[in-house]
Amino acid sequence: MLEVRNLHAYYGKSHILQGVDLDVAAGEVVSLLGRNGVGRSTTVKAIMGEVVPQGTIRFKGKDIAGLPSYKIARLGLGYVPEHRDIFPSLTVRQNLLLGIKDTRRPGKWRLQDMLDMFPNLAARADAPAGVLSGGEKQMLTTCRTLMGDPDLIMIDEPTEGLAPLIVQQVGDLIVRIAQAGVAILLVEQKLSIAMRISKRVYIMGHGRVVFEGTPDQLRANAAVRQEWLEV
Amino acid sequence: METGALPRIVHEYAVLELIVISILNGVLFGMLLFLLSSGLTVIFSMMGVLNFAHASFYMLGAFFGFQLTKWIGFWPAFVLAPLLVGAIGMAVERYGLRNTHKHGHVAELLLTFGLAFAIEEIVAMIWGRSPVDYRVPALLDFPAFTIFSTNYPAYKIFMLAVSVVIFVALLLVLRRTRVGLIVQAALTHPHMVGHLGHNVGRVFMVVFGVGSALAGLAGVIAGPALVTQSDMAAALGPILFVVIVFGGLGSLPGAFVASLVIGLVQTFAVALNGSLASVFGPLDAAGGPSALSDIWNVTIAQVAPIIPYLLLVIILIVRPMGLMGTRES
Repeated sequence: MLEVRNLHAYYGKSHILQGVDLDVAAGEVVSLLGRNGVGRSTTVKAIMGEVVPQGTIRFKGKDIAGLPSYKIARLGLGYVPEHRDIFPSLTVRQNLLLGIKDTRRPGKWRLQDMLDMFPNLAARADAPAGVLSGGEKQMLTTCRTLMGDPDLIMIDEPTEGLAPLIVQQVGDLIVRIAQAGVAILLVEQKLSIAMRISKRVYIMGHGRVVFEGTPDQLRANAAVRQEWLEV
Repeated sequence: METGALPRIVHEYAVLELIVISILNGVLFGMLLFLLSSGLTVIFSMMGVLNFAHASFYMLGAFFGFQLTKWIGFWPAFVLAPLLVGAIGMAVERYGLRNTHKHGHVAELLLTFGLAFAIEEIVAMIWGRSPVDYRVPALLDFPAFTIFSTNYPAYKIFMLAVSVVIFVALLLVLRRTRVGLIVQAALTHPHMVGHLGHNVGRVFMVVFGVGSALAGLAGVIAGPALVTQSDMAAALGPILFVVIVFGGLGSLPGAFVASLVIGLVQTFAVALNGSLASVFGPLDAAGGPSALSDIWNVTIAQVAPIIPYLLLVIILIVRPMGLMGTRES
């Protein structure tokens, strides 16, 4: 479904991505792991067109490299950025409704399903989203992207800065998304969720992919974990 | 006794009359300012750029209104002129600002700055530099009511009504419609709005167009009441910046409050004739000229033009983000 080949990207003069290759099949859950600053977030930003990409990016067979991000989103590629960009002055409900791309074609995720799934969000449905806690904001941004009915959702660091109990909830949500048949590209630093739900994992280092395999293969490979993941 | 009481009552009526008329005029001027500042402040918070040509769109509205009134009458002009100005605004965003955007804010700022001068010169070339004869339509050319001894023109009531209707419509669209929500979201997080599949570029263009059209509408209705002349943009532009900085850059409620405050303050200042001398008496008993007597005898009306700028200076010192602004810069 998503094919990335020889992807390069620059911030000014620094060469951040130096030839990234990765694939996500329909319905597959894939994690992109690595330490801070190795280019994981830049990879998803380049796929979304927020950072200028060089190389080949194909989604559902269509070349999307460099398209404006709204067109990429409309093809069915969802993106939840790492800073949980909620719209703070709008209510929780309004935030969710803005996730819908086309009001004439309702997707498989309904507003009421989201509110049923998260009583916290339901309780504050008409409060400005700016008052939510970090975990609730993460739920909100993820649910908002789901409202647009993506076939593949890229989620950048969903558990960053969250308490362990909330991390568990975020993990449950991601599992539920996967169960609904949506493909997931999960960018993470923590291994726990990624190892629990992924079918395959990629590890990035110095702007390229340095390991690719199943969670079991990664568990067995202490050398790779030590060199590219552990601090 | 009786001879003393009568002039006193007459005087009190005159003060009351002055206050009522000034409030009406002040609110009217304030609402007119809001028609302009609302667009300017929304465009600013979306694009991060102050549109120096905004007052020029107001001037274009007035001249288009004048010309179209001559050709097809006031009412068609009242509808068409703002639409024309809005179309020009959209074209400026689409073919000007969008291409300049990648070169940064300075380039965009310079583009609007140049545009303001270009529009002024073009208007002067076509219509000349002296005021044009843009008149109140005959249908509205009568006194609406009489307060004490002053006839209040129906046209001014019409201007007030138009401004209020637009204000309410703007609020409803922003708060109640999906497009309005997208605009509000794009004010703070344009990238995220794009990632959700909304065409932010088109939203920007439409907002710029609507903002320009509102400025044009302000021009069309203000033209007959004020003076339609090629320097009207340059005269109003600075006040407009005062309004949006005073209210807080990017804040629509702030722009509303600031518009009314500036409108009322300026109108009252012009109407009042007091000076320090009239309040505290002459500076010295002899009343002769001294270094301070010039300042002492300046009337409030004489300093009226600088009052908005004084307010600007004070607000920037006391509350740099403006009345209701959120950002520091």
